[in-house]
Amino acid sequence: MTNAPKQFVLLLEGVNKNFDGFKAISDLNFYMDEGELRTIIGPNGAGKSTMMDIITGRTKPDTGKVEFGFNTDLTTMNVPEINRLGIGRKFQTPSVYIHHTVFENLLLSLKGPRGVFTALFSRTTAEQRDRIEAVLKTIGLSDKAETLAGSLSHGQKQWLEIGMLLAQDPKLLLVDEPAAGMTDEETHKTGELLLSLEGKHSIIVIEHDMAFVRQIARKVTVLHQGHVLCEGTVDDVQNDERVKEVYLGRKKKEK
Amino acid sequence: MRLFSKWELIAVGAAVLLMLVVLPCLNAFTLESSWLHVSNFTITVYGKYLCYAMLAISVDLLWGYTGLLSLGQALFFALGGYMLGMYLMRMIGDLGQYHQPIPDFLVFLGWSTLPAFWKPFGSFPFAMFMAVLLPGTLAGIFGYLAFRSRIRGVYFSILTQALTYAACLLFFRNSLLLGGNNGFTDFKFILGHDTREPATQRGLFIVTGIALLLVYLVCKWLTTTKFGKVQRAIRDSENRVMFSGYSTANFKLFIFVLASVIASLAGVLYVPQVGIINPSEMAPDKSLEAVVWVAVGGRGTLIGPILGAFAVNAMKSWATRAYPDMWLIFLGTMFILVTVFMPKGIVGLPAQLRDVYKKLTARKMKVEPAPVAANGEEPLPAKSE
Repeated sequence: MTNAPKQFVLLLEGVNKNFDGFKAISDLNFYMDEGELRTIIGPNGAGKSTMMDIITGRTKPDTGKVEFGFNTDLTTMNVPEINRLGIGRKFQTPSVYIHHTVFENLLLSLKGPRGVFTALFSRTTAEQRDRIEAVLKTIGLSDKAETLAGSLSHGQKQWLEIGMLLAQDPKLLLVDEPAAGMTDEETHKTGELLLSLEGKHSIIVIEHDMAFVRQIARKVTVLHQGHVLCEGTVDDVQNDERVKEVYLGRKKKEK
Repeated sequence: MRLFSKWELIAVGAAVLLMLVVLPCLNAFTLESSWLHVSNFTITVYGKYLCYAMLAISVDLLWGYTGLLSLGQALFFALGGYMLGMYLMRMIGDLGQYHQPIPDFLVFLGWSTLPAFWKPFGSFPFAMFMAVLLPGTLAGIFGYLAFRSRIRGVYFSILTQALTYAACLLFFRNSLLLGGNNGFTDFKFILGHDTREPATQRGLFIVTGIALLLVYLVCKWLTTTKFGKVQRAIRDSENRVMFSGYSTANFKLFIFVLASVIASLAGVLYVPQVGIINPSEMAPDKSLEAVVWVAVGGRGTLIGPILGAFAVNAMKSWATRAYPDMWLIFLGTMFILVTVFMPKGIVGLPAQLRDVYKKLTARKMKVEPAPVAANGEEPLPAKSE
């Protein structure tokens, strides 16, 4: 792969990260094409969240290459800078601004200047309103624009947060367990939402819920002990002996 | 979006009328024997409260709006006071005890000429300039270091408290040449007016009222801008703001510097009215008191800190006379009670009472229809208790 001229929207090569002797990430190699919808699974402690932290600049890798959007080095940048490149991240627990309305939540997330002084004198334009309305439609919260985000249901908060990422029109979306705590119907709706974004954005979804993974998965990457165990379709992965051993297999034995 | 609700406009209008017109007029134009007369003492006391209200707004701007609990806001207040105090000391001229052209405490320390850094403070504009520059720069450096290192929450609070305590100890030293533990006092003139004249005090009172009004309006405007929205977003979910591309450190730095300048201006107005400034104004408990004012009045609002500063200090004025030893116990009890029972302070009280009333009436309604439901249909599950 290393000598291939192929270009990736996201590339991690030889990445290592130690936390006080614990190897959270070890020799991780990960490549992603533009417009791809990729699902990452792996048992607890496999390094999924650390990998997200490394991509978004929250954690610096000890060694290795992290590049985005064709040769932009992410390892030297901080969280807001990396976000402004067009990498949006959704956290596992919904983090929205509970004392702002849904509309304001999206307004603050819209693509645009992020400086202190522009924030003092900026006004909401008609164009921005249109954009927000479009996002509201995508996430199905059009009738909640003036509702305080704090009074939304758990599922609606998750969608709002996905909407906040979309408002930024990111090139790459990192979505951490979007279906956690959702009802089956909400989960299904979330899956459809993510599928509708495929192709327009590159998306990485971390998920535990295998039914949900089946719904959305194109290519699945299995992480184990900080490196990629295998990659392939859901069926490939579920039939892989190593995966069965470390992850799915262990579960079956428990039954 | 409209800047003010009707209710707010009436409240602010009434307060402005009372503070800027009624009280000064009653002080100036009524006879001292009249029951309408407002004494010079009252004017000075209320002037002090107005300064405290400004300090409280600066605390709330950080705590209520940005989630940064600063326990060192009185430092900036005192620094502003010291800057104007230096000017006031220069204006004493040779009317001091020692009849020397330099402040008394310098004579006492063996100086015969003015130290170099004291010289420009003979100019009022320079003192005012320094009252903005010094606290602003200190807040800028401290904030830059703290926010860059992602110091948050209780750690930020502790550091601000340590900062004000360190400054307090520094100002106690005579070698700083700022009056040591006695600080500055015995002021005579400000801009050519005798500070002990009722007319001067009245003028200062009105200027303080106008300053508070301006601070209120600027902050009100600020909260309606996108900046204000980002500010509250940082309070509610700083991670989300960072992961939305905002360098939250810059936003926090801006608000920290702005709040320090507001606190400093409050100190500038405080010193000529109270007639003294010393390092005890920087002691950590002064900053803590300001936090209590905000909590009592209602944080996250702009009216709240003003109400809180007036209410708590009025109570303090009364308690320190009636029960001098009990004041701190009063203050502590009040803080606990407000935190537990009135999380939104005085401002939130009407809404809280409305909720209680609703709950009470709702309970009554629930009890009544029970026998009807039992008739044929499934009975409502009996609410025990």
